[in-house]
Amino acid sequence: MTGVTGALGAVLQVAVIAVGSPYLVGAMRQVRARLEGRAGPDVAQPWRDLRKLLRKESLTPHGTSEVFRLTPAVLVASTVLVAAVAPFLTTASPLDPVADLFAVVALLTLGTVALALAGIDTGTAFGGMGASREMTITALVEPTLLVAIFALSVPVGSTNLGAIVNSTLHDPARVVSPVSLLAAVALAVAIIAETGRLPVDNPSTHLELTMVHEAMVLEYAGPDLALVEWASAMRLTVFLGLLANLFAPWGIATGSGLAGLVLAVIVFAVKVGLLGLLLAVGEVFLAKLRLFRVPELLAGSFLLALLAVAASFFLA
Amino acid sequence: MTQTTFSQLLYLACGAFLLAAVLVLWRRELAAIVRLFALQGVALTGIVAVLAAHERSLELGLVAAGIAGLRAVLLPYLVRRALDRAGPGRETKPLVNVAASLLAAAVLTLVAYAVSQPLIALAPSPATRAVPVGLAVVLIGFFVLVTRRRALSQVVGFLLIDNGITAIAFLTTAGVPLIVELGVSLDVLFAALVLQVLTTRMRATFGHTDLDELRELRDA
Repeated sequence: MTGVTGALGAVLQVAVIAVGSPYLVGAMRQVRARLEGRAGPDVAQPWRDLRKLLRKESLTPHGTSEVFRLTPAVLVASTVLVAAVAPFLTTASPLDPVADLFAVVALLTLGTVALALAGIDTGTAFGGMGASREMTITALVEPTLLVAIFALSVPVGSTNLGAIVNSTLHDPARVVSPVSLLAAVALAVAIIAETGRLPVDNPSTHLELTMVHEAMVLEYAGPDLALVEWASAMRLTVFLGLLANLFAPWGIATGSGLAGLVLAVIVFAVKVGLLGLLLAVGEVFLAKLRLFRVPELLAGSFLLALLAVAASFFLA
Repeated sequence: MTQTTFSQLLYLACGAFLLAAVLVLWRRELAAIVRLFALQGVALTGIVAVLAAHERSLELGLVAAGIAGLRAVLLPYLVRRALDRAGPGRETKPLVNVAASLLAAAVLTLVAYAVSQPLIALAPSPATRAVPVGLAVVLIGFFVLVTRRRALSQVVGFLLIDNGITAIAFLTTAGVPLIVELGVSLDVLFAALVLQVLTTRMRATFGHTDLDELRELRDA
C-alpha cells in the first residue's frame, strides 16, 4: 500500500509542479504589479502565453547546431526528473534513493549549462554575453547549493534528501540551530541567483546591460521558447519547494494514506506560494546589483554555507 | 535549564557572534559596520548570560550585564560618535577586496577549528566545543585590522579581537572573576577612547582617516 501511494505521490509531485509553476510566476507578477500600483496581468497569463507560443511555428536561427535544438528538451527533462525524485509531497516515493543531494544539484546544473551552451551556440553577442555571465554566477552558486545542503546532511548522516526531510520532521528543534539558520540564508541567496531574480538578474527586462537569463534565450521562438519559459518557471518552483521542505518540512506525506497526500498538496502550495510572495515583495524594494558586485554577494553566501558546515562539525 | 536547551541556546548565541564578525567584512558602510559591532556585543552578552543561567551564578549574571552595557551600548556609541563627526564614510578600497576577504574569513574559520582541537580535547563540554568560534572572531578581527584602511574600521577590528578573546575566556573557564573582567573592560574602554581621540585628531589634521597616507614622514 505504501508503495502505491508513494508512486502516486511521485506522479502527483510532477503534475502539481508542472501545472502550478506558471501560476506561481503569474501570481508573483500580479503581486509586483499591485505593489507598483499597476493592475497587472491575470494570474493565468503565463499559461495563456505558453499556449500561444506552443501553437506557433518552430523556428531556429541559421547556423545553430543540435545543441540549440536539444537544449529546451534537456532543460525540461532535467527539471521534471528533479520534480519527480525530490521530496516535495511525499518522502515515501519509490524514486527516493535517487534523490541524493549531489544528483539533484547536478541535474539542476545540467539544465543551466545546457542553456548557457545554447546561448553560445547562437553565435550572437547577446547569447555569448549572457552565457558568460551565467557561468560566472553558476561557478559560485553551485558550490553554495552543495555545501549548504551538505551542512544539513551532516547531522543526519545521509546525503539523501528524503532522509534529511524525515529527520527534520522527527527533530523540529534542529531548525533553530545555527547550522540550519546559516544554511537557510546561504541557500536562499543561492536560489535567488540561480533562478535569475532580483538583485542578481532582472526577470522582466530586455535591457542589454542588465540581463542574464533573457540574453541566453533571446534567439528562441515558438514552442522552443514555450519549453524554456515553462522549464524556468518549474525550476523556480522546484528551488522554492526544496528551500521550504528542507527547512520546514511539516505537512509532507510520510506514509500511506490519500488524506496525507491531499494535505501535502495544499501545504506545499501554501509554502511555495508564501515564499514566492515574499520574493516578489522583496523584489519591489530592491534594485539590481551591479554585475561586478554579484560575485561579492555570492562569495558571502558561499561563506555562510561553509560556516554552516563548519558549525555542524564543531557545534554538534 | 536542561542540557540540550543550554547547548542549543549557547550555540545560537555563538552563531550570531560569528555571523556579526563575518558581516563586518561584508559591509562597506562604516555606519553599518558599527551597527554590526553593537549586534556582536549583544550576542556576546547572550553567550555569557546563557552560561550564567546554566551555572546559576549571580556574579556571572552581573558580568553579563556589564558586558551588555559596555560592548553593546557604550563602545558602539563612542565609535558612532567619532563616525558622526567624520561624516558618513565608506570603506572605499580595502587592501583585499570584499569577495576575497570573505573567502579568507572562511579559511580563517577552518584554521581556528583545526587549531583549537587540542584545547577542546582537554575538557570536552558544550561550552568548550564553541571555542573555535571565539578564535575565529579573533582571527577575523585581526584580518580586519590588517586589511582595512579607514581608521574607524581598524578600531572595530581591534574591538572584534577583544570580543573574541572575551568569548574564549568565558567559554574555556568556569567564569572570569568580576575584578578581572572589570580590569579588561576598563582597558578596552580606554583604548577605544584613545583611538577615538586619535581618529578625530587625524581627521582634523589631514581631512580624512585613510591610514595609508600616513606611511611617509614629511617635513612640514
